[in-house]
Amino acid sequence: MNFDFSDDLKQLREQARRFLREKSPPATVRRILEGPEPYDKALWKEIADMGWTAAAIPEEHGGAGLGHLGLCVLAEELGASLAPLPFSSSVYLATEAIVAGGSEAQKKAWLPKLASGEAIGTLALAEGPGKADTRKLRTTFRGGALNGEKLPVPDGDVADFAVVVAQGDRGLTLALVDLKASGVTREPIETIDPSRSHARVSFANTPAEPLGAPGGGEALLKRVQDRAAVLFAFEQVGGAQRCLESARDYALERYAFGRPIGSFQAIKHKLADVYVATELARSNAYYGAWALERDAPELPVAAASARICASDAFFLAAKENIQVHGGMGFTWEFDCHLYYRRAKLLSLALGSTRIWKDRLITQLETANAPL
Amino acid sequence: MDFEDTPEEAEFRAGARAFLDKNAKRREPGSGMVYRAGNEDPKFRQWAKDWQAKKADAGYAGITWSKDWGGRGGTPIQQVIYDQEEAKYAVPRGLFDIGLGMCIPTLCTWGTQAHRDRYAKKALRGEEVWCQLFSEPAAGSDLAGLRTRAERDGDDWVVNGQKIWTSGAHYCDYGVLVTRSDFSAPKHKGLTYFFLDMKSPGIEIRPIKQISGQSHFNEVFFTDVRIPDSQRLGLPGDGWKVSLTTLMNERYTIGGRMSVGVEDIFELARRIELDDGPAIKNEAVRDKLADWYVSTQGLKYSHFRTMTALSRGDTPGPESSIGKLVNGSKLQNIAAFAMDLMEQGGVLTDPDVAPISAVFQQTLMTSPSSRIAGGSDEIMRNIIAERVLGLPADIRVDKDAPFNELPTGKKK
Repeated sequence: MNFDFSDDLKQLREQARRFLREKSPPATVRRILEGPEPYDKALWKEIADMGWTAAAIPEEHGGAGLGHLGLCVLAEELGASLAPLPFSSSVYLATEAIVAGGSEAQKKAWLPKLASGEAIGTLALAEGPGKADTRKLRTTFRGGALNGEKLPVPDGDVADFAVVVAQGDRGLTLALVDLKASGVTREPIETIDPSRSHARVSFANTPAEPLGAPGGGEALLKRVQDRAAVLFAFEQVGGAQRCLESARDYALERYAFGRPIGSFQAIKHKLADVYVATELARSNAYYGAWALERDAPELPVAAASARICASDAFFLAAKENIQVHGGMGFTWEFDCHLYYRRAKLLSLALGSTRIWKDRLITQLETANAPL
Repeated sequence: MDFEDTPEEAEFRAGARAFLDKNAKRREPGSGMVYRAGNEDPKFRQWAKDWQAKKADAGYAGITWSKDWGGRGGTPIQQVIYDQEEAKYAVPRGLFDIGLGMCIPTLCTWGTQAHRDRYAKKALRGEEVWCQLFSEPAAGSDLAGLRTRAERDGDDWVVNGQKIWTSGAHYCDYGVLVTRSDFSAPKHKGLTYFFLDMKSPGIEIRPIKQISGQSHFNEVFFTDVRIPDSQRLGLPGDGWKVSLTTLMNERYTIGGRMSVGVEDIFELARRIELDDGPAIKNEAVRDKLADWYVSTQGLKYSHFRTMTALSRGDTPGPESSIGKLVNGSKLQNIAAFAMDLMEQGGVLTDPDVAPISAVFQQTLMTSPSSRIAGGSDEIMRNIIAERVLGLPADIRVDKDAPFNELPTGKKK
């Protein structure tokens, strides 16, 4: 039994943690949250230079050969530091989509640039509030032209290209579109978490090319989402852990009724529950990492489990962190809200737990997986 | 990252399998509870004792115990591997958990080599069964508030008082007992720890009927029970320290076992018809099933992380402490929800009528105890908060005052 990351990867995690504590402290997150910059470009360049964007890209396409386990430990630290970067869009979604569905030409065109951080990609699925039901999407991709509007598109304002989920002649199709092509309109939009930029992106007869087989969009999308779900889960576990530490530290420092509030059972039990949720999420994420790395048949179940558990854990940790901080917890000045925003954002980014629970049970019932 | 055994572990596993294949039958799927529930039945106990002797003779009892305790001198990962393999076989379980998990480790830690030679080996072979006499009517979570009195009389101690929640007192041969020997000392300082023959004159045992209708626990009354001083463990007044040895082992013994499983509620949800088809197609039902599934998987993989640490010879991290807390409530919630799915018929307890042999109805009534016995949910949360998160212990009003000046129990 060796259900843990290797010493090398633990060292990588340690390096990433130290680096991000210095380069992505809350002040950096706030600068993006409050200012006009869509993301921290200097930080993006630095992490790209360290090979983080190339972590899981095959080496023949400019990858760093760290593999998906390496990407998991980086994701955990990026999540913990709330790094204001288009990392999840570009690395977990766009890169995974091209690796999974791209032609050789598409891989050659985009993967080296994604690896070096020179290009940013994203996935455009949602079309406004409500479930992004693939049967009801209005965006179309027919005769090489893309038409429709996607909202919100994470990092849609800064991405170089997007993988757009659209209706094609032969069913759901993923379209690879250069966002500098004709007929693309993009407009930054405000979200609950401005430390991560989002846009409204519309297409009017925009030239695009299919990613994967036409009509094979459903399966490819699921595959990309499953893979991304594990990586998002690591971000969420990292965020939950940081919230737990923040709440614990404050409970030790803050005195009320003549004693640290952390000595009250109402606080202790609350934080014990957050700890339990975080550990369950971490263990499910580890299993997701195992399945992701070897592309195991268990991946859909492992990914859904990791996703559900991590979404719940991060939101629980973030809201109880505010609660433990009392009145200061809901001030702009304290950092609690940065985590609270990110927790909710991440829990919706790939679909809510409601959708993933449905997916999990369907998977368990059809695959007849052992419980 | 993998789930494979090391070559040494694989070899140990193969040996365990060979032993089990030769001496036991494979278990039918879904029959796990049958082999645990029979401690009250003398025939079950004899079966358990015979099995335990076979295990001990083959070196699979006391795997982690050192050789001077009569054990194998093996590693915790070997114990885990043996348990995994044994779980696949129809063998009796549970009769020796408290004795071998808690009592004998305390005896061996605090007693003499003569004690180990006389008691540990017999316990390991199942020849003598042990129980734990700790809790009292006025001392449960606050164990150090106990009042059973021990007074020195020559070479003996004379014990008077009452213990409660003692599993198996009526069929056990020996017990470990913590008493108060000094009522004027602060509560943690006036305790003294013994082991004793459960057939000693002056012991009266009365079963407690639980809400499930079963009687797993007893009240034990002591009237002028004499215990030789040679059966004292630790110094007079040091009983709390000795008790901690027992309690540290308790969480390992009791933590993280389940009776009704998540697979049972999935099975029920497939069978029960709601308005729009089988319950498992209903979104509200799926929501709950998914929660219980991911929590169960989370514990499973937490256990794998613990095993990984053990496999490397490391001390497991705090993730190993959450099983009992998570499972207790989950059992109760699964049982209640399953009965909701059965609607009014959910009240029926006849195993021939209620689905899956009435396992949910049984679990409804047994699950409250799983949230209390062996450290209540509240105590488990305190332990996580204090030992894992480093939060301060509660401010105590009872720590330094003489015990006989403290209010205890229920205020009249």
